[in-house]
Amino acid sequence: MILIHCPYCDEKRPEIEFANAGQAHVARPLDPSSQSDEEWEAYLFIRANPRGRHHERWRHVHGCGRFFNAVRDTVTDKFETTYKAGEPRR
Amino acid sequence: MSGYRLENGGRVDRSRPVEFSFDGHSYQGFAGDTLASALLANGISLFGRSFKYHRPRGIMAAGSEEPNALISVDRGAGRFTPNLRATSVEIHAGLSAFSQNRWPSLKRDFGAINDRLGMFFPAGFYNKTFMWPRSFWEKLYEPAIRKMAGLGDAPTQEDPDIYASTYAHCDLLIVGAGPAGIDAALEAMGSNKRIFLIDEQDELGGGALADPALWPWLERSRKALIDAPNVTILTRTTAFGYYHDNFIGAVQRLTDHMPDNSDSPREKLWRIRAGEVVLAQGAIERPLVFDGNDTPGVMLSSAAKVFANRYGVAVGKSVALMTAHDSGWHDVFALAKAGVVIKAIIDVRTDVSSALLDEANRLGINVHLNHSVTGVNGRHRVTSIQICNNDDYVGARIDCDTLLMAGGWTPSVHLWSHSKGSLAWRDDIGAYVPDQPNENARCVGACSGGWDFGSGVIIDVLPTPKDQSRIKAFVDFQNDVTAKDIKLAVREGFRSIEHIKRYTTNGMATDQGKTSNLNGLQIASTALAKPVTDIGLTSFRPPYTPQTFGAFAGHAKGALFQPTRTTNIDGWAAENGAVFELVAQWRRARYFPKMGEDMHAAVNRECVAVRSSVGIFDASTLGKIEVVGPDAAEFLNRMYTNPWKALEPGRCRYGLLLKEDGFITDDGVSARLAPDRFHLTTTTGGAARVLNMMEDYLQTEWPDLDVWLTSTTEQYAVIALQGPNARKLLEPLVEGIDLSADAFPHMAIREGTICGIPTRLFRVSFTGELGFEINVPTAYGRALWERLMAEGAKFDITPYGTEAMHVLRAEKGFIIVGQDTDGTITPFDAGLDWAVGKKKPDFVGKRSMARPDIVAPGRKQLVGLLTNDPNVVLEEGAQIVADPRQPIPMTMIGHVTSSYWSETLGRSIAFALVAGGHEMMGSTLHIPMPGKTHEAKVSGMVFYDAEGARLHV
Ligand SMILES: [Zn+2]
Repeated sequence: MILIHCPYCDEKRPEIEFANAGQAHVARPLDPSSQSDEEWEAYLFIRANPRGRHHERWRHVHGCGRFFNAVRDTVTDKFETTYKAGEPRR
Repeated sequence: MSGYRLENGGRVDRSRPVEFSFDGHSYQGFAGDTLASALLANGISLFGRSFKYHRPRGIMAAGSEEPNALISVDRGAGRFTPNLRATSVEIHAGLSAFSQNRWPSLKRDFGAINDRLGMFFPAGFYNKTFMWPRSFWEKLYEPAIRKMAGLGDAPTQEDPDIYASTYAHCDLLIVGAGPAGIDAALEAMGSNKRIFLIDEQDELGGGALADPALWPWLERSRKALIDAPNVTILTRTTAFGYYHDNFIGAVQRLTDHMPDNSDSPREKLWRIRAGEVVLAQGAIERPLVFDGNDTPGVMLSSAAKVFANRYGVAVGKSVALMTAHDSGWHDVFALAKAGVVIKAIIDVRTDVSSALLDEANRLGINVHLNHSVTGVNGRHRVTSIQICNNDDYVGARIDCDTLLMAGGWTPSVHLWSHSKGSLAWRDDIGAYVPDQPNENARCVGACSGGWDFGSGVIIDVLPTPKDQSRIKAFVDFQNDVTAKDIKLAVREGFRSIEHIKRYTTNGMATDQGKTSNLNGLQIASTALAKPVTDIGLTSFRPPYTPQTFGAFAGHAKGALFQPTRTTNIDGWAAENGAVFELVAQWRRARYFPKMGEDMHAAVNRECVAVRSSVGIFDASTLGKIEVVGPDAAEFLNRMYTNPWKALEPGRCRYGLLLKEDGFITDDGVSARLAPDRFHLTTTTGGAARVLNMMEDYLQTEWPDLDVWLTSTTEQYAVIALQGPNARKLLEPLVEGIDLSADAFPHMAIREGTICGIPTRLFRVSFTGELGFEINVPTAYGRALWERLMAEGAKFDITPYGTEAMHVLRAEKGFIIVGQDTDGTITPFDAGLDWAVGKKKPDFVGKRSMARPDIVAPGRKQLVGLLTNDPNVVLEEGAQIVADPRQPIPMTMIGHVTSSYWSETLGRSIAFALVAGGHEMMGSTLHIPMPGKTHEAKVSGMVFYDAEGARLHV
């Protein structure tokens, strides 16, 4: 069971306290109605599937409840870093 | 030597005889014996039948790597454990063990015919033979294969044992308490580290238990470790898996070695998080591959030494050794000194050290260098062996009752591999050893490839003059895989060991190839003429040895399998005969049958009572979220499809929630209590999901909004009073709220007290009748319910359950998200476009409602269905076709989502999702069901009081 560092609690906690919330840094368009079908499709459905470094969102759902971002290696399953929502991509 | 028990030696307690039984016969052993050592001492050589060919099998190893001697232990009703290794079962008074995979008896086994038919069971036999037709699998192949092949019988009764589980944290975890593991513990003992030392055997020592010279050291070390306050020792504990971040799973066997089934837990599952892990798992000796190497009486040479030195048992009365490694020589020297007759040492090598030759000479043992065993005589026990010179194949016969094999050593890198540590190939020992760690872990002792057993050669198959295609030289003993099978797989084009493994099943048995993986790899390497490292290595996966389901289930079974959520009113329902159902972990009253009523009768009565007087319903399970803050209305306006900003305090609104893809995910009535405060409700099953979704948008998309979300589901008990007499019942009990129709209209909320209890009183209806939902602090729920029941007696108040609730809402055309929708239904599909704020610039899911596939014609749409025969209640889930005379397979255009008998209407009603359904009003569709195809007409969804006259009173 992986240990995940919550950047809000500033503690490493077991993964059962967390929920994965998909790819990170996929911002909802500010004006969805101005999006073309292709742009909206890309926002809704098209996701990266990298071998290696992957930016994803996690929620400390059974802890502080906050969503945060993480960089996880999809090969080793190791977390490189976690950082607060709104902070620049690492 | 009396029988096979040596006069002296061993760690068994000869003053404590133990009676036990095997296949119904009584035997005697000593305290400290395993089932294997005790039966060997009694001269038993036949322990079981092999998996595929039903060949007679004996003991091959002395530890948990044993592939052959799988047995069952019966500890009474529900306490039957198959597939235990006889070498790991400690005997105790009354132990009742059985051999497996034989019928009618171990010595006369019907399935042994498979052995004669062996030529018909090549590698990939199952894949090749049982391919067609598909239906034969279920009816013929699988039952037949299951009967003939296989391991022990699965227990048939519920397991009455208790299984415990615990978490532990330590600085240093040492797996394996042989000399290397003990040394690691002794070294760290003086620090302030919390240390765990765990070992699968019943006492510390590992390999040292078979080496009497080490026993004084072992005893001193054991005492020191027991006395150390920072060392926790767990014996009879198998570290079965190594998971991320130094998380180790281990099962401790607590009572199986004891005579009586006690009430204390049988096993304990340990979840250990360690700062550092030291793996001292040791190494496993490799069998040699030659014709007849599975005959009972052929075993690993190291095992013979363990049986002699640890258990005081001679594995035979005349023993020969076939070896490729120095360690075999040392083993038989030890046996000779313990009084066992050694007939010969046969070494495949041409040169061995003069020290070994001198010692053999001194002990009077015949030595045959550059020779190999080419045949084994005897079926249930070795009677003699055939040996040949490797060059000219000139041979000889040697009479013996036991043949030992010493094929070199395989470091146990199982847990290291679980942890994703890398491996490196070492040509000198012909094995993979630990290389780079992936966790804070290291290997010590034999599992790191370091040992003082001497040296040897690695040989895939012993030389033989025989036709290789006609011999049975086993590689995987448990799965009955021979060298021939692996060569065949290579000839048929398999190149990767992962594929060869799956095709031949080599290494796929319950022992995970502990004794077979490396031999299989070497044979494939030779056959492919490629180095081993080019063929790969199969991965090891948990568990290291098979573990019980009980250990993993722990206390999580029966009522404790998952939490059951109950409302404050649940106790009243139970006491008043409610029949319950589980809804998203909530226990909900489904109906309240009176004497003699079935569900149908009870639901009819409950529905009629609501429509004619008043019904009472426990709605406490509704999800509730308090939304507070200056931007609360703006936030809800962005989340829900409908407008919220203009909603006045004191009023309610039906909210429809989509996901960003435009599909309905939840709904519920919500109330505005104040400009900055809303009381949201969600579906019972959707509460957590909706809160998570709202938190997601609030935290990550609109962090500028000043809003707080709090789950209040369990803060309120909710009692629904529904029916024309609801107001009359409520009026005298409420203070501070004017209940009149003008002052308190439908879809409004008021705060006040009821029976002195503070309440948020909703005027809402999921039944189409005049109705109220009374929210009070949870602890008051049952008291208020009982008061309402007492006061309502004059109106013949009737408690109703979820089943009547479903009927009543369906009569009114109200959908249930998740029953009438399935995650692919838009508001338009569901006929809920009235709930979508067309003028709103944006809300979650709005843009998707213009997606090409969502505006395309032919989408499934929710409609009403009225059967032509009003007495026919369609099955929910039944498929719908337009034309029942079309050829099979028919085109299915939809399915029934909700279907009930409506006592109020005197007929059945249904909802269905039908492609293009909104355009089909009045047309006839066909619903094939068992026995008959029914006709139904497409209708609107509101079947009762379409104008809402009953609501606005
Ligand atoms: Zn946190």
